[in-house]
Amino acid sequence: MNAPTLSKPAKPARLQSNKLGLIDCDIHARPKTLTELKPYLSQRWYDHLMTYGTRHRHGFAKGHPYPKSQPANGARRDSFPPDGSIPGSDLAFMQAQHLDHYGIDFGIMNPLSPTGQGEQNPDFSAAMATAANEWQIDMFAGKDARLKASVVIPYEDAQASAAEIRRRAGNRDYVHVLMMSRPAEAHGRRRYWPIYEAACEAGLPIGVHVFGYSGYAATNTGWCSFYIEEMTEHETSCSALVTSMIMEGVFERFPSLKVVLIEAGFAWLAALGWRLDRNWKRLKAEVPHLKKAPSEYIREHFWITTQPMEEPEQPQHLMDVMDWIGWDRILFASDYPHWDFDDPHFAIPPSFGEQRRRMIFSGNASKLYGLEIGK
Amino acid sequence: MSMEPKLGEPTSVGANFRGVDCDVHPTVPGMQALLPYLDAHWREAVIEREVNLESQSYPPNSPLSARPDWRDKNGRAGLDVKQLCDLTLDRWGSSLAILNCIYGVQLLMSEDMAVVLCRALNDWIAKEWLDRDPRLRASIVVPLQSVERAVEEIERRAGDPRFVQVLVLAMGEVPLGRRQLWPIYAAAERHGLPIGVHAGSAYRHPVTSLGWPSYYIEDYSAQSLGFQSQVASLITEGVFQKHPGLKVVLIESGVTWVPAFLWRLGKFWRGVRSEVPWVNRPPAEIFRDHFRLTAQPIDGPENGNAIERVLEHLGSEDVLLYASDFPHWQFDGDDVISRGIPERLHHRMRIDNPLATYPRLGLTVQAIKAGA
Repeated sequence: MNAPTLSKPAKPARLQSNKLGLIDCDIHARPKTLTELKPYLSQRWYDHLMTYGTRHRHGFAKGHPYPKSQPANGARRDSFPPDGSIPGSDLAFMQAQHLDHYGIDFGIMNPLSPTGQGEQNPDFSAAMATAANEWQIDMFAGKDARLKASVVIPYEDAQASAAEIRRRAGNRDYVHVLMMSRPAEAHGRRRYWPIYEAACEAGLPIGVHVFGYSGYAATNTGWCSFYIEEMTEHETSCSALVTSMIMEGVFERFPSLKVVLIEAGFAWLAALGWRLDRNWKRLKAEVPHLKKAPSEYIREHFWITTQPMEEPEQPQHLMDVMDWIGWDRILFASDYPHWDFDDPHFAIPPSFGEQRRRMIFSGNASKLYGLEIGK
Repeated sequence: MSMEPKLGEPTSVGANFRGVDCDVHPTVPGMQALLPYLDAHWREAVIEREVNLESQSYPPNSPLSARPDWRDKNGRAGLDVKQLCDLTLDRWGSSLAILNCIYGVQLLMSEDMAVVLCRALNDWIAKEWLDRDPRLRASIVVPLQSVERAVEEIERRAGDPRFVQVLVLAMGEVPLGRRQLWPIYAAAERHGLPIGVHAGSAYRHPVTSLGWPSYYIEDYSAQSLGFQSQVASLITEGVFQKHPGLKVVLIESGVTWVPAFLWRLGKFWRGVRSEVPWVNRPPAEIFRDHFRLTAQPIDGPENGNAIERVLEHLGSEDVLLYASDFPHWQFDGDDVISRGIPERLHHRMRIDNPLATYPRLGLTVQAIKAGA
């Protein structure tokens, strides 16, 4: 059901104001209603969706364990399309409010729900992932060449995930494979390796977007109370997954694997590398399959998106951290249309200098994803 | 049984107060050491049921658990008062050391067993350590399995001024800010006892929110994630609005993760503070007023200026406390203070900051000076 890419309308001319190029690495598109997915599901799975909905590893049939701070799954108040449908569901409004308004060259869609990721029924999860992938092309990427799709996978079933990746391999409308940050186990565990094998084969990075429900407590000391804590905890799950992928030897087995951490902020990554190096110095005999210091794996295999960008009391402090992480690893992301959206006009201050701003806004993502700007 | 000094009583330490080693670990040789502090029923239970409290957080033979040159012929370290005092006090130049006994009482599932073994552990510390060297101080180990009994244990031991802190682990059953735990904070505040949160897990949950990792290095590296969650919980639940006199010491937590974490929490606080309206000022300010960090390990590169930069990001010279973390293998030779920490901070870390953190320490230090 994929729309043939040749029939896409040409991209609009770039805005004069966008001199540095702009690739937004985190945009959330979603169906207006569940019925929008009907053409992409068998009757059985469509009936299942309408009867049981999606069932994650938590108790809420419709809501979230930590109710969000804003309506429509935490959307910007001004992001509802004119017809009142849910934010992110209307291409024309997304174009006007976001893509055209900021002169975005490319936007990478990371659909969060309903996509079947983390769904408890493995067959339903796989059917939903396939549907989400075809829906992204039909409703968005096939209609606007600026928008790029994620390969949504039913990650708890690695074999089905690898099959889904191979189904999309070679189609340049998909730019990475999407996982959530809290699957049932840490990302380095061997049960997920067929995913990485297929991603490497297809030449696609793994994008890990925060959220998901492992079924375990949101902190390693139990369930926290508040949404504000759930938000800060995205960093702990990302720290754990980076640690797991390194210590399990994923990058020794798959040396070409690239991982993009999305919506986790980034300032924590340098300290994580230092901590792992320090512990590795003492404990390296336990992980003899590592051939270099953990921070070197981070430096070679991980990219990180800006939003929600940490806000130190003094802006200079953020530059220290960016020096430590590497300016070539940091990708701009807005998180449109969510409430904690980072505005491209203000998020990356001019004090960073033109060259570094260009890297963050477009250069790094262009290189990583092979997206050519200005053509 | 014990020789508890009263507050203000002179001791035999010398004239020049040289500061405090804020994290030193006495090793419990085994369960048999605690038997004299149990009644007949529990003695029999411990023996017959082969109760063993060694924790996965510190496998005894793991390189981190004890530095090689401090281990005895059986591979153990920290068993001996003389060894501990010779190194931490005499060799590295401190006047006092705070004993944080890490023994898996927090892991026990039975509230009854946890209560009696915590009590036995604290009595053992008093008799076998505090009574043997007047320069030693200690933390009260409490059974969080029961808030009521934890408060009882604080009350039972608070009369002894050599106990200067209440000790809990970085990973427990519920986050430390949860309101059910607040009676513990009321008792601690009442007696001038900071809450010491030490690395380690009660293993009520996997050490990551993604489940049980494969390797010990992942377990140890996940400690700082637990500390982060505890700071977020203590701040967002409003513990410090309710207990403005309370201090929390993060022990063996590492340091370099703190600024980025506070920037993150601060940003979200600006965004969603309506959820926690009692948090009436920026989290970073609350952190600087109420939290302290021990300075081993320093989880950053010793070369270059990164650690100095991180300390500047922290925005306070009051938060770091000198600590050796003996006998854990955090440094080689006598480099107790990480080379990355600028010298101008050393005096504060050793003397001013510990005295400002532990009010009961101050009382006995006055005694030391008066007696000199």
